[in-house]
This record gives sequence, C-alpha cells and structure tokens, in this order.
Amino acid sequence: MINKTALYVLWLREMKRFVRAKSRVVGALAMPLFFLAFLGLGFRKMTIPGISEDVNYIRFLVPGILGMSLLFSSTFGGLSVLWDKEFGFLKEIMVAPVSRVSIVLGRIAGGVTTALIQSVLILAISFLMGFKIISVLLFLLSLAFMVLISVTFLGLGLIFASKMKDIQGFSIVMNFVIFPLFFLSGALYPLENFPAWLRYLSHIDPLTYGIDGLRASLIGISSYSIVFNLLMMVIFSSVMIILGTYFFEKSEGV
Amino acid sequence: MYAIKVDNLTKKFNDVVAVDHISFIVDAGELFGLLGPNGAGKTTVINMLSTLLKPTSGYGAVVGFDISKSKDDVRCSIGVVFQEPALDIKLTGRENLEFHAMMYGLGKEERRKRIKEVLELVELTEKESVLVEKYSGGMKRRLEIARGLIHKPKVLFLDEPTLGLDTQTRRHIWNYIKKLNKEGEVTIILTSHYMEEADFLCDRVAIMDNGKFVASDSPEKLKDILGGDVVSMEIEGDPESLMGQLKSLEWIETSTKHGEVLSLTMEKGERRIPQLINAAQKNGVNVTCVHLRKPSLEDVFLHFTGRTIREQEASQSERNRAMIRARMGRRR
Repeated sequence: MINKTALYVLWLREMKRFVRAKSRVVGALAMPLFFLAFLGLGFRKMTIPGISEDVNYIRFLVPGILGMSLLFSSTFGGLSVLWDKEFGFLKEIMVAPVSRVSIVLGRIAGGVTTALIQSVLILAISFLMGFKIISVLLFLLSLAFMVLISVTFLGLGLIFASKMKDIQGFSIVMNFVIFPLFFLSGALYPLENFPAWLRYLSHIDPLTYGIDGLRASLIGISSYSIVFNLLMMVIFSSVMIILGTYFFEKSEGV
Repeated sequence: MYAIKVDNLTKKFNDVVAVDHISFIVDAGELFGLLGPNGAGKTTVINMLSTLLKPTSGYGAVVGFDISKSKDDVRCSIGVVFQEPALDIKLTGRENLEFHAMMYGLGKEERRKRIKEVLELVELTEKESVLVEKYSGGMKRRLEIARGLIHKPKVLFLDEPTLGLDTQTRRHIWNYIKKLNKEGEVTIILTSHYMEEADFLCDRVAIMDNGKFVASDSPEKLKDILGGDVVSMEIEGDPESLMGQLKSLEWIETSTKHGEVLSLTMEKGERRIPQLINAAQKNGVNVTCVHLRKPSLEDVFLHFTGRTIREQEASQSERNRAMIRARMGRRR
C-alpha cells in the first residue's frame, strides 16, 4: 500500500525546492522572528495575569512563536498542492502508479522536515536572545510536539487544497482559519484570561495543546499535563492525516 | 492485440455531456489520432483513459486493464504528455526525469541508462542540469515526451503535442513521434486540432465533434469519401437554382454551401471548372474566384459537420463556458 520510493521521491523534491528557494526560507523565518523581537521587547516589563512574575514574557512567548511558525508553514505546505495544480505538476503525480496514501505521506514528510528546520532555526536564534531550556530530555520531547503540530496542520492544508479548485481561496483560509487558530491557541497570552465562551473555542483548537505541550517541555509551565497534551496531539494529527488522505483521494487530478 | 478498447464511454459534468457514448478500438502499435475542435471532448477522453477522471458510464480498457478497476495497472502501462506543461520548473530537466523514473519503480542502473537514452532522443543532454524554468516552450515539450518514455510505456498519450509551438519545432516533434512509433513499437494516441498534423502522423483518425465520433478511418480513406478534388467557388447572387442544377450532375460527388463559398468534390476537377462557371452564369450567378485542391482532413471535417473547424471552435466557446461553470459548481 505504501510505496517507500515514491514517499522518498516526494520528500526529496520538497527538500530540493526548499534549499533552492532561499528567499522563501528567509521570508518564513522573518515573521516569527519579528513577532518574537517586537512583542518580546514591547511587553518585556509588563506583568501579565496568568504568567507568574519570575517568568519573563520572552520566555513565555518563544514556544508560542514556534507554534505559530509551525502552524503557518505547515498549513501552507498542505495548501501547496494547489500550486502543483496551478503549474500542472499535480497531474504528473496523479498518473504515477503509486497509492494516493504514499503521495500524501511523502508530502507530509517533506512538509514536516522543512517546518522542523525552520523551528530549530527560530529556537537557535532565541537561544542567542537569552532563551534557555530546562532539560535536554524535555527538549527532545518538544521536537515530538513540533512534528505533531506540523503533521496536524499539513493535513488541514491538504483538506482545504483538495476541496479548493485554485489558489483564489487562499486568503480566505488565511484570514478565517489560520489566524483564528493562531489567536485561539494562547500563543501570545495565557488562555486563563479569555472569557469562558472563548476558552471553550480554544479547546477545539489543536494548536492549544501543541503550544501548551511546547511550553511544558521547553519552559516547564503549562495549563495541562504533558501526557494529556501529547495524547491530544496524537489524536488530532492522526485524524488530520486520515481526513487529508481521504479528501485527496476523492479529489480528481484535473 | 488491442492497445485500447472503449465501449460507450461517457463523461458528464453536471448536465453538460463532454463525451457522449463513444466506442473505438486501437490496435497495438497503431498511431491513432483524436481530431476535432477545442472543446470537442478529446482531452476528457485522454483524462479518462489515463485514470485522472472517472467515467460517468461505459467501459474503457488500456492493454486489457479496466480503467475504473485496475487503475495502477493502467498507470504502469501508459505514458502521458498533457496539453499543459506538467513539469516541476524549480527542478532541473534531469531531476524531473529522475523523479519520474523513481516513481515508476526503475532501479538505479536502469534509471541512469534510460535517462541517458531519452535525453539523447530529444537532444536535451546538454541542458540536463538547467532548471526547467529556463527552458523554452519547445524544450519543455521535448522533455515531457522524454519523460513519458522513460518507463517504456506500452501506450503513449500525447494531448496536443505541438500546441503553441513554432513550425520548426513542430516538425521536429512530428519526426520524433513518427520515429518512436515505428522503432519503439509504442502505441500512440494523440489529440490535435491541427488537421495537417493528424494527416501527416496518424495511421487512423477519429473525428470528434460535440463529444461524439462523427467519422473514423485512415486519413486517406476519409479523404476518398470526398472523391478526387475539391473545387471551391466564391459566388455572388442567389445560388438556389444553381445548387439545384449542380445536384443533378452525376459527376459531382458532394456539394456544400458555406457562406459565399460553394465546395464541390469531383474527379478531374481541373477539366470541370469551365463547365461549372458556365452553369453558374446560366443560373444568373457570378463566380468571383475559383480554387482547386486535393481534399484535406479539413474538408472531411466540413463534410461531416457542415462547418469549418474554426467556426466550430467559435460556437464551442459558449459550450465550453457552460462546461467550466458546471465543473466549478461540482467542486464547490
């Protein structure tokens, strides 16, 4: 069912494109870094309810910005099927004698790798800004969270890409899906400050658990336990892969 | 051995019937042409046979594999060159080929060998490490043909292989196609709306119009239907009585009126022209211009549909828009 060569080829293609598109890499890093720098510096001296006073805001912010970068780059990664459709290359993939699952998994593998590289770069820069991790073992666990966040939103992007005819609907997805997911997730502030009804909404946002898991594993502060966050992310990412594959399989290649 | 067998194949997009109960057989090794104006349904046929579109009804098989049931077997047996480029322009020519060969399960040694062969065939060896975005239209087309051949398909689909190319490149590609078919024993199905292309290349053509086959045979036999020569006369005046008289002449095989132009087919047309002009004058019609030629597939199309392919394309555009609307609706 799963064709390893096809999976590898599609992964390799993403890597080659990623390495060649230097401006894209710079662009993808710029936004999270600006967020980190300006929000971090701007709110540096503020006491925010829900964040204890001995935790400075930049520390709180780093996992949130990592989550944001993963959310954006992964959803775009899933949506990039639409660019392949636009440039005709999707047909070449669709007539190849490989299962659709391999195609989806190859794309996800490529997307996760690029998203992970970006996250590690952001993390490296935040180390330069004084960010510290609490333990190496938990740092490795945070990488697992990054992978799960990335898989979840690659799946989401793929679902949208399969339902959309062309890239026209891109800004709608951007404004009505990606941004709400970002703001509901507590990337920038503790969710305890939300009114009750908004907190409910944040409970159905996968990124909430992703970022909470990143905070738990990177700075040791979180609303839920690590295990619960991990469990939620495993469920979300599995569901998204299955739905993404299902919709991709149903969509016609032309 | 059949390469392709199609029986009552139909594709509807909502209410618009793009392909309407067509049936045909292509023998192994044949070079078969699907001919017709844009929007006649040629690409839809190719898309169904290459498993990209699901037929609404009917049966289709490629080298014995059912296109609805054994998709992977069909995909392994075919190569497709789509109407629009389907290359990754951010990869080099070689990488595009490499990618394709791996997807089709070729081993490392075989890949190297086949890629070398096909690059030489389309004369792109020197450009193999250039990014495809730097390629010209003709080079892209050649790369795609090369790619379609790497895995030695039994059947190669070429959808408008020379669309938008200059005359020289077109000739070049025609020669490849002929060579491939003759030497490589590949069955080739090509679509075209260039009648002279089909005439030059194909062993057999099917003329498609509004989703249906209107005629199917070798180009020579199709042209023979029209008889020896085509004489077209531009006329002024009321042609009613002249048409009546022409119909009674037994040496005129077919006559079609089309605007100000009468198209007549007959043997030894050059000897009949004086008689025709005479007849016209007797019926009070002024002949302003006479043209004699051997019939082309264009005339065959005119004969079967009553319109030239150009006009057909104009009237098709409204139908196409309806089809696009129907397809958009289907997706939303």
